[in-house]
Amino acid sequence: MAVYQALLELADDNLVLGHRLSEWCGHAPMLEEDLAMPNMALDLIGTARVLYDRAAALEGKGQSEDDMAFLRGEREYRNCLLVERPNEDFAQTMLRQLYFAAFMKPFWDAALNGTDEVVRGVAGKAAKEMAYHIRHAGEWVIRLGDGTDESAARMRDAVFALSIYVDELFESSAAAAEAEAAGVLPKRADMRPAFDAVIAQVFTEALLEAPSVDYPQTGGRDGRHGEGLGHMLAEMQSLYRAHPGARW
Amino acid sequence: MYSQGLIGADGSTHETQEFLDRFQARIDAEQKIEPTDAMPEGYRRTLVRQIGQHAHSEIVGMLPEGNWITRAPTLRRKAALLAKVQDEGGHGLYLYSAAETLGVSREEMTEELLSGKAKYSSIFNYPTLSWADIGTIGWLVDGAAIMNQIPLCRCSFGPYARAMIRVCKEESFHQRQGYEIVMTLAQGTPEQKEMAQDSLNRWWWPSIMMFGPHDADSQHSDQSMAWKIKRFSNDELRQKFIDATVPQAEYLGLKIPDPDLKWNEEKGGYDHGPIDWSEFWRVVKGHGPMARDRIKDRKAAWDNGAWVREAALAHAEKRRARKMAAE
Repeated sequence: MAVYQALLELADDNLVLGHRLSEWCGHAPMLEEDLAMPNMALDLIGTARVLYDRAAALEGKGQSEDDMAFLRGEREYRNCLLVERPNEDFAQTMLRQLYFAAFMKPFWDAALNGTDEVVRGVAGKAAKEMAYHIRHAGEWVIRLGDGTDESAARMRDAVFALSIYVDELFESSAAAAEAEAAGVLPKRADMRPAFDAVIAQVFTEALLEAPSVDYPQTGGRDGRHGEGLGHMLAEMQSLYRAHPGARW
Repeated sequence: MYSQGLIGADGSTHETQEFLDRFQARIDAEQKIEPTDAMPEGYRRTLVRQIGQHAHSEIVGMLPEGNWITRAPTLRRKAALLAKVQDEGGHGLYLYSAAETLGVSREEMTEELLSGKAKYSSIFNYPTLSWADIGTIGWLVDGAAIMNQIPLCRCSFGPYARAMIRVCKEESFHQRQGYEIVMTLAQGTPEQKEMAQDSLNRWWWPSIMMFGPHDADSQHSDQSMAWKIKRFSNDELRQKFIDATVPQAEYLGLKIPDPDLKWNEEKGGYDHGPIDWSEFWRVVKGHGPMARDRIKDRKAAWDNGAWVREAALAHAEKRRARKMAAE
């Protein structure tokens, strides 16, 4: 295991979630969200690009960010399961975003003290972005949780559907453990108190209960994904793979 | 596309001659008309129609380009396309706001779009079939839009004119970005070059149709010109576009699909072959290849999002009630 693989995990998280958000483009419930979701997607894809680039440099095999993103299959993708969950409805999309940002905000804050200059640079920008992703998604979770009967029911369904993927956020793979030992990345488990505080505050206002999860789903860091990721990658990678070596 | 906004516009008006003369004097003096100013009903109606259709074009226009966001061939292209489509949505928002100053709500305009009563630019009823189409749309469609919109920065109605200044800056960036995509393909592999040529073949004629019917067949231009909603005729703008675009295609080594296209020394511009107006009117009347899909998609987004909008209103109402109770 190597540090670059830990950066790849992070890059995959950001790209996959950014891609999922981008699937909404032109189909959002209101024009304001047709602007907001691409904005958040752009933040995430921007972060992914820098991380792929850094991972490729550390790997030292001369791969580009695009080789990393477009030439690995679903078993090689190392994202956590939460980010690949399909959009389903707006409630699930916003809760997925809140869970992710509530984890990443303290993570990037802590990564500002890391030993890798590039990662510190990403962390400075991404921490600010995650703060407004929490605000934007959190406000929607509250509106929907404390809105109409239908929106409250959908919000509860979203919690039921996504809460089983939360624990994986706090797990460190062997590669992540190595990056943590080297001081490049903070310990994922350490983010729990900050994450819980944000979720508790939002859920209280949203009139939602955080369920106890007896059987969390994990495996993304080992390339054991849900069935949806393969379809997402097939679409995302089709053009790049159809023209090997072409410049775009 | 914005000349198409005037198709079917009803500029008829019933004010006294004295009122109309005073209004015309302000227009002739290049004064901007602001939302609270008195204006002829025909002027207001024409603008609501044109600005509304312009806004709808931006919103519907997100769909053909959005079709390639999930398949963009590099991360850089993916980010640029997302940002571009987001810009189009922003233009829509701007324009709906400009139209709202004339007393029509965004919801009303949206319902007119979904019911088919309001139109949008015919160009977005064509499908995007390859990545090259993303470049071509930027190059030709945004290029044609700029030709139409630069004069709109001097439109007599203040909010529309001001909105157009920002919109034009962004469109001009999109146009260069699109041209750069096509250039990369034109200089790429034989397959990429073929992709670029095929795309130009499909988008050329629809693009030059965006300027609307020939001046001789354009019924609503005179009044709009007098009111300075419109500054140049359809044919003038089309000619400018063709003259600017032909050398760009030549530079790329791509062939414009018009065997009659040739330089006319005397007029200092290109002559072009006949436009298939039957295709134009077919598409304008709602029978373009993607017309039903576009409206179906917009309607699905609107209908599927209804519960979200209702929840947001309900939540705002609850907060208001709680605040009142606390005071």
